[in-house]
Amino acid sequence: MDDNGFLLGPALPELFLAIAGMALLMFGVFRGEGPRAAADTGRGLAAAANARVVSWIAIAILVVTGFLVSGGPIARLSLFSDMFVSDAYAGFAKLLILIGSALTLIVAIDYNEREDMGRFEYAVLILFATLGMMLMVSANDLISLYLGLELQSLSLYVVAAFRRDSSMSTEAGLKYFVLGALASGMLLYGASLVYGFAGTTSFPALAAIVADQAADPPFGLIFGLVFIAAALAFKISAAPFHMWTPDVYQGAPTPVTAFFSVAPKIAAVVLLVRVLIQPFGTIVGEWQQIVIAISVLSMLLGAFAAINQTNIKRLMAYSSIGHVGYALVGLAAGDENGVRGVLVYMAIYLFMNVATFAVILCMRRGGKMVEDIADLAGLAKTQPVLAAALAVAMFSMAGVPPLAGFFGKVYVFLAAVGAGLYVLAVIGVLTSVVSAFYYLRIVKVMYFDETAGAFDRPIGGRVGVVLAISSLFTLLFFVYPAPLVNAASVAAAALFQN
Amino acid sequence: MTANWPILSLVTFLPTAGAIFIAFVRGTPEVVARNSRMAALWASLITFVLSLALWIDFDHTTADFQFVEVHDWIPSFGITYQMGVDGISLLFVLLSTFLTPLCILASWEAIQVRVREYMIAFLLLETLMVGMFCALDFILFYLFFEGVLIPMFLIIGVWGGPRRVYSAFKFFLYTFAGSVLMLLAILAIYWITDTTDIPTLLNTKIPVAAQYWLWLAFFASFAVKVPMWPVHTWLPDAHVEAPTAGSVILAGVLLKMGAYGFLRFSLPMLPEASAYFAPLVYALSIVAIIYTSLVALVQEDMKKLIAYSSVAHMGFVTMGTFSGTVQGLQGALFQMLSHGVVSGALFLIVGVIYDRMHTREIARYGGLVHRMPVYAFVFMVFMLASVGLPGTSGFVGEFLALTGAFQANTWVAFLATTGLILGAAYMLYLYRRVIFGELVKADLKDILDLNLREKAIFAPMIVVVLWMGVYPKSFLDVFSPSVEALVGRYQAAQVVPPAKPVKPVKPVVAQRLAETK
Repeated sequence: MDDNGFLLGPALPELFLAIAGMALLMFGVFRGEGPRAAADTGRGLAAAANARVVSWIAIAILVVTGFLVSGGPIARLSLFSDMFVSDAYAGFAKLLILIGSALTLIVAIDYNEREDMGRFEYAVLILFATLGMMLMVSANDLISLYLGLELQSLSLYVVAAFRRDSSMSTEAGLKYFVLGALASGMLLYGASLVYGFAGTTSFPALAAIVADQAADPPFGLIFGLVFIAAALAFKISAAPFHMWTPDVYQGAPTPVTAFFSVAPKIAAVVLLVRVLIQPFGTIVGEWQQIVIAISVLSMLLGAFAAINQTNIKRLMAYSSIGHVGYALVGLAAGDENGVRGVLVYMAIYLFMNVATFAVILCMRRGGKMVEDIADLAGLAKTQPVLAAALAVAMFSMAGVPPLAGFFGKVYVFLAAVGAGLYVLAVIGVLTSVVSAFYYLRIVKVMYFDETAGAFDRPIGGRVGVVLAISSLFTLLFFVYPAPLVNAASVAAAALFQN
Repeated sequence: MTANWPILSLVTFLPTAGAIFIAFVRGTPEVVARNSRMAALWASLITFVLSLALWIDFDHTTADFQFVEVHDWIPSFGITYQMGVDGISLLFVLLSTFLTPLCILASWEAIQVRVREYMIAFLLLETLMVGMFCALDFILFYLFFEGVLIPMFLIIGVWGGPRRVYSAFKFFLYTFAGSVLMLLAILAIYWITDTTDIPTLLNTKIPVAAQYWLWLAFFASFAVKVPMWPVHTWLPDAHVEAPTAGSVILAGVLLKMGAYGFLRFSLPMLPEASAYFAPLVYALSIVAIIYTSLVALVQEDMKKLIAYSSVAHMGFVTMGTFSGTVQGLQGALFQMLSHGVVSGALFLIVGVIYDRMHTREIARYGGLVHRMPVYAFVFMVFMLASVGLPGTSGFVGEFLALTGAFQANTWVAFLATTGLILGAAYMLYLYRRVIFGELVKADLKDILDLNLREKAIFAPMIVVVLWMGVYPKSFLDVFSPSVEALVGRYQAAQVVPPAKPVKPVKPVVAQRLAETK
């Protein structure tokens, strides 16, 4: 790495994002208090205008960071005394995270203004959360893992409670914080156990030690591993560590929920995969059963608990639990195919979830947001394009070909069958039939039921663009799946070469 | 003439192009409806004409896949976009393209709400059906096979009858549950053989130990689709609630997808397991034939009666398929084609009077022959074809299937034959109650006979039914080489040859094997 010219090169995207985020914070603060803004008609409007400008700059920063990531080195490079690693695996995940953050930030702009949440801190917090996630997926040491995770989590706690005058939102933030702190505690406890029994926190060093003792790993090490896995399962909201998810998803402002359901989830899944595969890859047998259990429970819970939901955000919370279960089917396989499956699944999940939330953000009647599934009734008659977009997302989530969600499932189940996990695969496909029921119910409400009245128009150009991008991706992915699949293959391969 | 065209892709995706065109039709609701209908009819007619070119150019002497197109699709997985037809699939492609324009014509006046969406759904359905029969890659096949659920779910749910929501969900979830297991089997086959390429797989030996589980997984999917007793219960519901054209496609093509799956995958790829499980299939087929015929006898609803008769007729198909004989397979194929046209026509016949009276209850009719002589004649032709009268298409299929079953197992053939008698009973009984008798019901007094559009729908179907009955050779010739090759592979794979080997097959088997080596 020394002959790389610029010493900090591999961390350039993160450095840029950190500096730009702090600069944007200053910019927002000074501009918001400046004379130009004060001369505006009112403070609320000025703040909203400021928030809009800051949001667009934040989006631009995310885009530039995305280019820096995609233009960065592909080979594996480590930095900061081996605390930080940049490889194709991290690069793939970072791009997904940046896309997720940018898309959900775009749809948040209008909403925040309309709902009197137009404060510039929102965009800045999203930037810092994104930075935390990027550090997470590049973590090569338990310490840097924890730092990235906490930077992300602290930002997320704040945005969950961003609507200060709503008791639902503040409750969501508080609940998320308390349970998140508990999970962080478990993570630290697990990490300290691992350190105690291995004498190091660095992933490569851990990998060597674990490989040495793979035949009979020390009990304390396994104990620590279980705690770390449990803490990360909390972050990806996998059952039985999912309890916070429905409440936080329902209570948080909708754009925040949209953000929660994609970027942090992808980052945490990718991190979990790295932790289990790299330092503990030689003791697959020890953690495979944990992953299988979590996966089965998540799939079952996602399928059955969602059936009776009436609030669409709550439904999406259970749906996301189920999707994590499917992604973990790939991880349970514990090989390169499995990791590729996880990456493909998360990439597709990102787009179909953003599409769904873009439609939820359009659910506005008489100037007020509505969130009941019943409010979608007859949407196919009043707003056929919106209904078609949501129908595509729902069929895709159910895993019906030729939509994108089907390919996600194919890749994870391919890995599971290849690894001989037949029972897991059968449970997986059968729960997908159960979950198809509630996805179909949304289609049914939109297409078969009598109309409950149109939503407010126009839906807004920004939401429209995001919806179009994500829906078209979901709909037409089957035409040319090769680029994504190949990138995921390269990324998965990078994880296995040390 | 079409040697260098991607003609299968054209036939497959032309309806999609039509659907996209319809999606962009603008104007007042009436204009949109009229233009959607016209565009859909033209798109499906052009597709049909193109598919005729397939039939004309088809080489009858070989069992190989023809008109093959291969393109890279998902390279890292070895999955290609591969299309091609052989004698088994060609006629199903034609059946799909033949029925779709008729369905669109049949929906001309019956569908008045959301015409644009309806036509789009039908054209997409056609793409998926044709694509499924042409697909030569397992994943591609699955894509089309499952994709059919989306438009059909919407067709039943949006344009269906009073219990449409229940029926649409039942249809979707039943078939989806079966199919996901097949997906796992496909993935398992990928790991065993390292390919999803169907022509390669047809010549690949899959370990016998793995075959049984794979066979059951395929069976879960195809048995629901056929449908076989006892997983047939979604069919009467779906048929009763679906709009007429939906029923036609459901009975005409969608049911054939399951039987096609048995023929294309279960039998040639898993021959040992197929032989092992054949008694199970026989038993279920016999139950289907006898039990559902009895159930059909007591139905009060015309569509439900025909739906149950479909289950019975498909029982002959599964029985013929798993007899593993040339005659049995030919019979199964012929019966599928015949049933596709005949049951489709019967649903249209019900649709004709349903459009006029808005009821399907048999008791509400009677004596229609006095007011509707042309209708009575058309009904009679298809009723007799369904019964299997010699000279109609139904006879050839059932006769061949029974011959094949007789070679494999005498008792099976004996029991299945009782189904023929029951079939005659319920169809004639239905015909008597609806058509004959005095015209006493007041609201039937001014019912009108078939109009020109309806005659135009039934005329080609009558021609096909009689053609298939009088000169079946033009159809049998198409699939004979493929069937013989298939039976050859199937019987060659059996460790112990079947008790009564079919004599005429042997030389052909050897010849085919020599060719494929």
